[in-house]
Amino acid sequence: MSVDIQRTARSQVTFRAIAAHAILITYTLIALFPVFVIVINSFKSRNAIFREPLSLPNAESFSLKGYETVLKQGDFVLYFQNSLIVTVASLTMVLLFGAMAAFALSEYRFRGNLLTGLYLAIGIMIPIRLGTVAILEMMVASGLVNTLTALILVYTAQGLPLAVFILSEFMQGISDDLKNAGRIDGLTEYTIFGVLVLPLIRPALATVAVFTMIPIWNDLWFPLILAPAEETKTITLGAQVFIGQFVTDWNAVLASLSLAIIPVLVLYLIFSRQLIKGITAGAVK
Amino acid sequence: MIVGRTFRAARFTPFNKLEKLMQKPISKPPIRWHIPVFLAPAFLIYTAVMVIPLLGTIQLSLFSDIDGEQVFVGLANFKTLLGDQHWSQQFWNALLNNTWFFVIHMLVQNPIGILLAALLSSNKLRMKAFYRTSIFIPTILSFVIVGFAWKLILSPIWGVAPSMLDVIGLKSLFTPWLGKEEYALTTLALISVWQFVGIPMMLIYAAMLSIPDEILEAAECDGVTGISQFWKIKLPLILPSIGIISILTFVGNFNAFDLIYSVQGALAGPNFGTDVLGTFMFRTFFGFQLQLGDPNMGSAIASIMFIIILIGVSIYLFGIQTRLRRYQF
Amino acid sequence: MKHKSFKAILVASTVFGSAGLSYAQDATLTIESWRNDDLSIWQDKIIPAFEAKHPNIKLKFTPSAPAEYNAVLNSKLEAGSAGDLITCRPFDASLSLFEANHLAPLTDLEGMNNFSDVAKSAWITDDGSTPFCVPMASVIHGFIYNVEAFEDAGVEVPETEAEFFAALDAIKEKGNYIPLAMGTNDQWEAATMGYNNVGPNYWKGEEGRNALIKGEQKLTDEPWIAPFRQLAKWKDYLGDGFEAQTYPDSQNLFTLGRAAVYPAGSWEISGFNTNAQFKMGAFNPPVPNEGDTCYISDHTDIGIGMNANTKHPEAAKAFLNWVGSEEFASLYANSLPGFFPLSKTAVKMEDPLAQEFISWREKCEPTIRSTYQILSRGTPNLENETWNASVSVIKGAETPEEAGKRLQDGLASWYDPQK
Repeated sequence: MSVDIQRTARSQVTFRAIAAHAILITYTLIALFPVFVIVINSFKSRNAIFREPLSLPNAESFSLKGYETVLKQGDFVLYFQNSLIVTVASLTMVLLFGAMAAFALSEYRFRGNLLTGLYLAIGIMIPIRLGTVAILEMMVASGLVNTLTALILVYTAQGLPLAVFILSEFMQGISDDLKNAGRIDGLTEYTIFGVLVLPLIRPALATVAVFTMIPIWNDLWFPLILAPAEETKTITLGAQVFIGQFVTDWNAVLASLSLAIIPVLVLYLIFSRQLIKGITAGAVK
Repeated sequence: MIVGRTFRAARFTPFNKLEKLMQKPISKPPIRWHIPVFLAPAFLIYTAVMVIPLLGTIQLSLFSDIDGEQVFVGLANFKTLLGDQHWSQQFWNALLNNTWFFVIHMLVQNPIGILLAALLSSNKLRMKAFYRTSIFIPTILSFVIVGFAWKLILSPIWGVAPSMLDVIGLKSLFTPWLGKEEYALTTLALISVWQFVGIPMMLIYAAMLSIPDEILEAAECDGVTGISQFWKIKLPLILPSIGIISILTFVGNFNAFDLIYSVQGALAGPNFGTDVLGTFMFRTFFGFQLQLGDPNMGSAIASIMFIIILIGVSIYLFGIQTRLRRYQF
Repeated sequence: MKHKSFKAILVASTVFGSAGLSYAQDATLTIESWRNDDLSIWQDKIIPAFEAKHPNIKLKFTPSAPAEYNAVLNSKLEAGSAGDLITCRPFDASLSLFEANHLAPLTDLEGMNNFSDVAKSAWITDDGSTPFCVPMASVIHGFIYNVEAFEDAGVEVPETEAEFFAALDAIKEKGNYIPLAMGTNDQWEAATMGYNNVGPNYWKGEEGRNALIKGEQKLTDEPWIAPFRQLAKWKDYLGDGFEAQTYPDSQNLFTLGRAAVYPAGSWEISGFNTNAQFKMGAFNPPVPNEGDTCYISDHTDIGIGMNANTKHPEAAKAFLNWVGSEEFASLYANSLPGFFPLSKTAVKMEDPLAQEFISWREKCEPTIRSTYQILSRGTPNLENETWNASVSVIKGAETPEEAGKRLQDGLASWYDPQK
């Protein structure tokens, strides 16, 4: 009888695992199918894209024309580089300054703490795009138009509210004992923040990084307005050149945007590893 | 105890501060320079690049362009927006659409996200990283690509969706969803769910991972396993994270713009069936085609959006979140 | 830590700052445009031709995303970072830029003398005294058809409305081609290639358009309802699922050889020439009754003006004068068949389809799109409302009379002559 129970239990476990895999595989297919459509079509000739959007490229329909156009028109290596600089620099500033502010808000009691917290959180609720004209005026006045700095500043400001909001909540959870032990050992507040606290909130930093990075990488609006020069174009803006008023070069659009997925995917992989590692490490302690 | 942090993740700092204030003995050194030093960079950049420009814009909503001069008109723009038949009709249409957009996300995106996270967090599952990454990929795509891919798939002409339905014998179910007033908004909301489901999945997954093993082991000793373990143990513990996700979804949805703009254009067709506050505001503020931009009315719409979001966030902070905390302790 | 990061910002800003634009000794003029499509034509043909004549002036053509052009341009002008030369949308969009002192007046520009009053009408103050953009090109509406499809169904090019629908019926009957390639997803085609394409035949071109502006005719009058009646009939000839068919879908349907007739603007010519592998022809909008005068929409579409705050007004004027020259007209018209020059001197065009379109200027009366001048100044915006109404009429969600009434009510709500 006990064997029977064990067997039932085991078969239940197997059944559950199969069901879990079935659901996950189904959803993975749903998630990847459109991406698959994009990537296969980026390797096809224009007529083949619209004749047979679903079929794989074959000898007749295979075409690298899109990729060729992308490489020929404009300096896509430079655009990639610009996008990376802007994304990484903004991310660094959002994470560092956001964590500093969150630390101040969650660690110290001082007058205006509540107000400062609310003030910083309000930015979550209103799209920065509305401030475009004033931002552009400011960048013109400071000579930052057509520089990557302008973009970095805007994205930093845009990312900070959510970063402070999420990070300060995570900071709450860090035990006071640890920090107080540090203070007794004579560590400065800066060291406590940099050496003790920052490593502990790694998963939260990774979460914020993922949230912050995606809209920056994909943003079209601010590059278009603040830095449309050839030297400062980002990849998303660069790809726009193929979307014309009447004629859209879908080969080139698909090729350039397929290429643009790669760097941001790599960044995501890095951060999500950090996230999972940080949480699992924390849970063990 | 580091694991505690995600449990309390949904607590909003300033209020916890008050709590601490009451608990701790007061020992206040004269000037603690490190506080302004910690706050300054974030505060300065945020104020200079975001708050001041936005204040300038919001202020525009109280003015009106009369013969090329900006004249202070008080709340007249808001009166026009809510009182004038032409404006108010568009406004309520956009608000209603926006609400439906949000409802779909809450009913579809978040449950799917939780389900996927729950499946992924079960211990013995293989290929976790693969699933996790694949399901997150749509989130990192640009709206241009998402719009193109789904238009191609749902297109009645190039036939991806129709021919797939044909294979399973359901071709009669196909209609040009994006072009029909009654389906377009729901279709777009589902596309948006498809794109962003990775975010709740990731947050819930993180929350579930940080549930201490001891708790789960204890539950298993008591015979609470599988689905009932999820309902009785895990779900209550991840409620704060669900709260955060709900409020992020709310804020995100009421600021939504890009997807609808890239799929249906600034006029959010068919017949404004997919118009949300974001597209309505953009069209009004920056103008479209022959319609010239009207920054004053645009800011009025933006201000109302801001108020709606503020109300939503306040309900969450003061209503829901405090209850969540009571539940925990 | 804080110190370090601030230093990093400083370093970063100097590095990136110096990587910005470096201005040459000679004048470098930047051209703002929404015409992404023309990037290579400017780079390969137009700019070299101009620079050969003016070696001390360099040109940079920097188009931005067409859909965002107005918003982006306005923001840039407002903040003072816009280019030296501004490509002008017709009518109010540019007029408002002039009134806000963003565009310089071009009253004394020599090159302006090469244009007729009609050509200048899209970029001039309401009193007709001050032009602010040099006209570059107009586009003509009509229908492009697949010659093989017509042969297949055994139909001739239609001249009257009855013949037009008979031809569509024959094609539909035969079943090898979708009779009409148009969708309503993007909305504007229904108004631009539908309503304003066939409409001038009913409202008699300029006559009706001016009467509407003066308030002598209403949008509920027969000449303005009749085009909707025709659109309502189009529904049966559109492809399955036309409700979700986008503009690029329609282009592809036609160039892949799956549709017979494409309600067109002449701007399609170059794209269609590249992509279609069959013989194409074009016909002007069929007239209601045999022997009627035909009217075409020959719409002033692109102009170019000077940023009032440019640092190089002399160089910019030199360029604008050149835009008024015969050399530019011929270069532009032949590089971009379908964008027809507006200057007085006749330009020789090579492309057969473009020749067909421009030949209609001889036999038909030209007019511009009815909603563009003055009538789209208020809220609700008549042009945008016309998009919406044309779509509803095609879908059958609204009758032609209801659509006309809605447009009239909207217009009358803010436009005094119509009250």
